[in-house]
Amino acid sequence: MKKTLLTMALPAAALLSAAAWSDPSAEDVTRVLQRDFHAKGQATMDRVVQDGLQRVCTETRNNPPAGLAKTLEADQMKTIVYPQGSLMGDWKRAEKVAQSGRGSMWNDKPGAPAGGGCYNCHQLSPQEHSFGTVGPSLLGFGRKRGSGPEMQRYVYGKIYNAKAFNACSQMPRLGYAGTLNEQEIKDLTALLLDPASPVNQ
Amino acid sequence: MRAILCSAALVAALSPAFAEESKYQKMVSEDSPAELFQVGGEELWKKAQGPKHASLEKCDLGKGPGVLKGAYAALPRYFKDTDRVMDLETRLLYCMETLQGRSREEATKRVFGNANSPSEMEYLSAYIASKSRGVKMNPGHSHPKEKAAFELGRALFFHRAGAWDFSCASCHGEPNKRIRMSQLPVLDDPKAAAPLIATWPAYRVSNSQFKTMQWRINDCYRQMRMPEPTFASDATVAMNMFLATMAKGETYRGPGTKR
Repeated sequence: MKKTLLTMALPAAALLSAAAWSDPSAEDVTRVLQRDFHAKGQATMDRVVQDGLQRVCTETRNNPPAGLAKTLEADQMKTIVYPQGSLMGDWKRAEKVAQSGRGSMWNDKPGAPAGGGCYNCHQLSPQEHSFGTVGPSLLGFGRKRGSGPEMQRYVYGKIYNAKAFNACSQMPRLGYAGTLNEQEIKDLTALLLDPASPVNQ
Repeated sequence: MRAILCSAALVAALSPAFAEESKYQKMVSEDSPAELFQVGGEELWKKAQGPKHASLEKCDLGKGPGVLKGAYAALPRYFKDTDRVMDLETRLLYCMETLQGRSREEATKRVFGNANSPSEMEYLSAYIASKSRGVKMNPGHSHPKEKAAFELGRALFFHRAGAWDFSCASCHGEPNKRIRMSQLPVLDDPKAAAPLIATWPAYRVSNSQFKTMQWRINDCYRQMRMPEPTFASDATVAMNMFLATMAKGETYRGPGTKR
């Protein structure tokens, strides 16, 4: 799959404006990163190698042609592993995961529980005033949209791999990247959708 | 003046978080602890060290050996003797190796300090940067390698990679965004970037530490879930070149104080 995505990146590169011709290409930059960066803790050097999606988003400045975006999103959709049974976990447990911005950094203990870093970018529970605005406010998310099976599937999938719904989203692919596990994503799904969750009060 | 006050009040009314942050920034910018680091840096600049038992006083930061006035504001720039573009810390490291005879390994052992024990690079950066106060920032932009460094820095800024697919622009690419309560400057927009770049290096109240530009870049890549950029590597110098160029023409007002 990786190979297909890489080949697809080529027409995207050709779409770049003439003004940017002297810019180093994504491959040039990757070579620089391989030369000038080094592994530290769990941040190993394989991380500087872009996958097809990262490359297309870099080359198109996060604005791929519609057709290519659809193909990328369909590819990302295939990575989502939906668990059997209910997708709604325990919103009470989720608050801690939503609060924590730790995990996957070179100074984080490998294997230690990671956070989703949700509040870094989103408003969620009204009690938390220190929230970021890089992503949209999620206050009242379930109250406004309902919490049926379709919505549960969307929210679980969006947290698992945000790029399946918006190819060049700035949101990390928290399940796909291995940052959050199935239970944590189910709990976060409940934080957004459960009518009893503070998000929906 | 009245117009400024009115617009400030308007901003305050529209964005309480931003107003709080600005008030805080103004408060901490007075009587900066950075001055203590400048004093320590001057001592280290003049102190004989290394196998050659020499000080750094003959170090050429681009304005001639030992000339500090305006040197930081003109960095990064191309240096003929090394045939590469260098930023302040990269050049200091070169001077430690050549003038003082120190090994790269020894000189880079502690490039980032902690609150109890700051690093030599942090003291020296504070001292040298303070000698550019009031000087317009004007990093090198004529040599082909200077242009290449800028272009590489810009490409790095937009390059998405790592476990979380981040580029610098993921956080610093759109106006009026925050991470938690921290305002995020748009660093590829000179208007937004210049006032901030022109106050680095800086004392950071949240860490009780003086921080260099090399540290700033290093810590962003840590949070981007990337491997570590090697200190004084071409990639880090290119990033510094990109950022310094965004502040070109801005009067240098550092070393500053940050939250």
